[in-house]
Amino acid sequence: MYEIRAKTMTAADGVKPVVDLQAATVRFCGDSGDGMQLAGTQLTNTSALAGNDVATFPDYPAEIRAPRGTKAGVSGFQIHFAADKIFTPGDQVDALVAMNAAALATNLQDLVPHGILIVNEDGFGKRDLELAGYQQNPLEDGSLDSYQLHQVDMTRLTREAVKSSGLSTKEADRCRNFFAMGLVFWLYDRSLEPTERFIREKFGRRPAIAEANENALRAGYNYGITTEAIARRFAVGPADLPPGRYRNITGNLALAWGLMAAAQRSGCRLFYGTYPITPASDILHELARRKNFGVRTFQAEDEIAAVTSVIGAAFGGAMGVTGTSGPGVSLKSEAIGLAVMTELPMLVINVQRAGPSTGLPTKTEQADLFQALYGRHGECPLPVLAARSPADCFDVAIEAWRIAAGYMTPVVLLSDAYVANGSEPWRIPRTDELPKIEVTHPGSSDGEPFLPYARDERLSRPWAIPGTPGLMHRIGGLETQDRTGAVSYDPANHELMVKLRARKIAGIAGDIPHQAVEGPQSGSLLLLTWGGTYGAAATAVRQLWNDGASVAHAHLRYLNPFPANLGELVKRYRRVLVAELNSGQLRTLVRARFLVDAAGLNKITGRPFAVTEIVEAIHGALE
Amino acid sequence: MTTDSAIDQLKLSASDYASNQEVRWCPGCGDYAILAQMKKTMAALGVPREKIVFVSGIGCSSRFPYYMNTYGIHSIHGRAPAIAAGLKIMRPELFVWVITGDGDGLSIGGNHLIHAIRRNLDINIVLFNNRIYGLTKGQYSPTSPLNKVTKSSPMGSIDNPLRILSVAIGCEATFVARTVDVNTKHLGMCLERAAEHRGTSFIEVYQNCVVFNDGAFDYATDRKIKSDSILELEHGKPMIFGKDREKGIRLSGMEPEVVTLGEGVSEGDLLVHDEAAKEPSLAYFLSRMHYPDFPEPIGVFRAVERPKYDEMLNRQIDEAVETQGAGDLDRLFSSGDTWTVGKAEP
Repeated sequence: MYEIRAKTMTAADGVKPVVDLQAATVRFCGDSGDGMQLAGTQLTNTSALAGNDVATFPDYPAEIRAPRGTKAGVSGFQIHFAADKIFTPGDQVDALVAMNAAALATNLQDLVPHGILIVNEDGFGKRDLELAGYQQNPLEDGSLDSYQLHQVDMTRLTREAVKSSGLSTKEADRCRNFFAMGLVFWLYDRSLEPTERFIREKFGRRPAIAEANENALRAGYNYGITTEAIARRFAVGPADLPPGRYRNITGNLALAWGLMAAAQRSGCRLFYGTYPITPASDILHELARRKNFGVRTFQAEDEIAAVTSVIGAAFGGAMGVTGTSGPGVSLKSEAIGLAVMTELPMLVINVQRAGPSTGLPTKTEQADLFQALYGRHGECPLPVLAARSPADCFDVAIEAWRIAAGYMTPVVLLSDAYVANGSEPWRIPRTDELPKIEVTHPGSSDGEPFLPYARDERLSRPWAIPGTPGLMHRIGGLETQDRTGAVSYDPANHELMVKLRARKIAGIAGDIPHQAVEGPQSGSLLLLTWGGTYGAAATAVRQLWNDGASVAHAHLRYLNPFPANLGELVKRYRRVLVAELNSGQLRTLVRARFLVDAAGLNKITGRPFAVTEIVEAIHGALE
Repeated sequence: MTTDSAIDQLKLSASDYASNQEVRWCPGCGDYAILAQMKKTMAALGVPREKIVFVSGIGCSSRFPYYMNTYGIHSIHGRAPAIAAGLKIMRPELFVWVITGDGDGLSIGGNHLIHAIRRNLDINIVLFNNRIYGLTKGQYSPTSPLNKVTKSSPMGSIDNPLRILSVAIGCEATFVARTVDVNTKHLGMCLERAAEHRGTSFIEVYQNCVVFNDGAFDYATDRKIKSDSILELEHGKPMIFGKDREKGIRLSGMEPEVVTLGEGVSEGDLLVHDEAAKEPSLAYFLSRMHYPDFPEPIGVFRAVERPKYDEMLNRQIDEAVETQGAGDLDRLFSSGDTWTVGKAEP
């Protein structure tokens, strides 16, 4: 199935044939101190610069440095690079680089049959094998015979390569990941230039380290050229992406930049009040660096202070945003209710992770949908949006703020660990082409008494801010009298206000796009998904279409309110299958709202869907 | 409201700061006196009403913002200092007051209170201490004395009370004062000093709850005994108290000691109050003096300068703009490694 092209022979390249591939998936894995995330990131950037579409899946343990050599301490980074459009980091890997026995033991199951397996021989000592649970050395017992096994003495080769830099043995061993990168770069015909540039920028102040890393990188590359063990290499050509300028972007970075863009397009100043929590902290790290954009970050004393500081900032007229993960949202719930009651605009970002409680802090899950919709006391509706991919975080951030500011309401924006840490190419927009968001604060009144809870045609109230003469008013958590905003215990007023707040949110359905469907507009099966499952679902339906199956796919960005046509849409199909990384939360909503007998494909392992899992489930449903 | 704006140009009186809401505290509640004094203070300082924001949590005292014709948020239990932080960071030109109580500020909201104080945001925090939970009808509070019998402590409270000012001083508060609701002149002085202070000012007001804890502060308000049980602090003055100003506080080792002037003790032997002392030791020492073993100090314990959080945060923004130039999103998005597909864009 591969075209083997004859390549011009050069001294550097040797004579090994290059096989053209449509796509390849590679995973680096090793101890959490082995620099695997860096190796993966470098291969990602290099592949993106080569014009590939890329999708990545960093997978790391909750402990910063779990005991060395243990399975608990294994950190991995998977990258899928392709010559056409891709949506996921890939179910299985074509090439696995394992730096020690524990990494092999925990990752081998994802390597395709006959796949390329590069192991660091040095990570298979007696102690390493014990920690990994091997009774005998898998490199010697024939158990890896079905793979293209390449045992490389990376430690020794790296030490030799960096000898001239005068590093200690410990420092020299830290360059091993660059050796592994070099070898993989050779294997996939990748340029060393971007990584060499990275090394110079990152380690420029420590020339010995920079030199050693560059030498290790080149040694790995040259090892590929000279070793007789690896007979051929691979090339993945550029993908046919829409024209434009691209960069690689992670979900958290796209979210941070989306917030900054939303602030600029609405003329608001951005305030980010937060408390560090995995996997949301990178949003804070990025925004804290952007002070010259006028971004104000506040690392509060706890999650509650984070959200309430945002309420204060919003009262002051700022674009207030708090970011956290599920445990943080639990703590913020009461304050989000206050924001609903006071009808102040703000964003609550939940980068979901596997729960309940502390759960699996670095693993992904979509189990906070009910929490977003219902996790507050009283009748407390608010809009909920979810990002479907790393780059999509940028657009969703802008859209979430458009809704918050337009309807004077807190908005929950759901991301997840998979979307947040993963990356993909992002077509860089021009900021003046981004949607403009209209925000107005009333000026001094014209003599009429100011009514802070008078409503416009959207049922939105005026965003009057302190400092405006004549508009002095008080807001609060007690029930407010319609229009005047005074405290009111009147039973009829309470019912009126509960309904007004609910109608305001429900009315947003008229201000968002109708739900689109990919595939047949009616028929046998609709696959319904939301959030980070988009990639696996989109890939699965494409595979099924290629096989001639009749399957449609609708992916929801808006979880509350639902798009106005959703109820009618789901009834156009004989079967509805809802795939989500929880026990069936969207499915329950769809069944309750639309009285359709939706079935579920559910997974709660802390890992994203594999494409094959969705394909198989749809096959099963179609039978 | 053109008329209101016009008034703001003129000299406002205390009543101009009153909102149109009916005040709903119990008759005789100490909160009335504080509200009246606050309005007078605002009028005396001449701060335009639209520049003032009162932020409160939950509890009797937290109804306060509704009664002021300024901007205000009556928020959720204990969180007012954090709300004030976000507001003050984004709007440093506003005059922000936090109104809280012993339950709101010290129990459910203790965490926010200490962090607001240590950051030294330029806000004013007034804690109404009535040593009881009023709005929930009479349970003991974090400042109720040991053995206090209440609905939730029928055999007496076994919770060691929190000494609020010791906590505030422990957080290195830059302005700390204590006053008494019915001592209107003294209360007004403290509010005015707090308003003028740059940085977090923290005032504890002894406030009588007529319904659930009446008389808790009689020792500080009863004309017959208060001069013996209260020590009015004055900067630079020796610590003298008593009906005939015959008693004083002397340092005995590391402990305070009550002495009688005359009997071999002169004013020169007494401790002299220094609110501006760099180290908070003296202020802390004073915060540990409690009735009936000692006269309880009222007045300004500490007033020092320290960099303010909101100012530092906004200065970093200015510095970043100065050194890096005003941010340009298009440049940021295109920084680092990028590549072009198809026709290159300009």
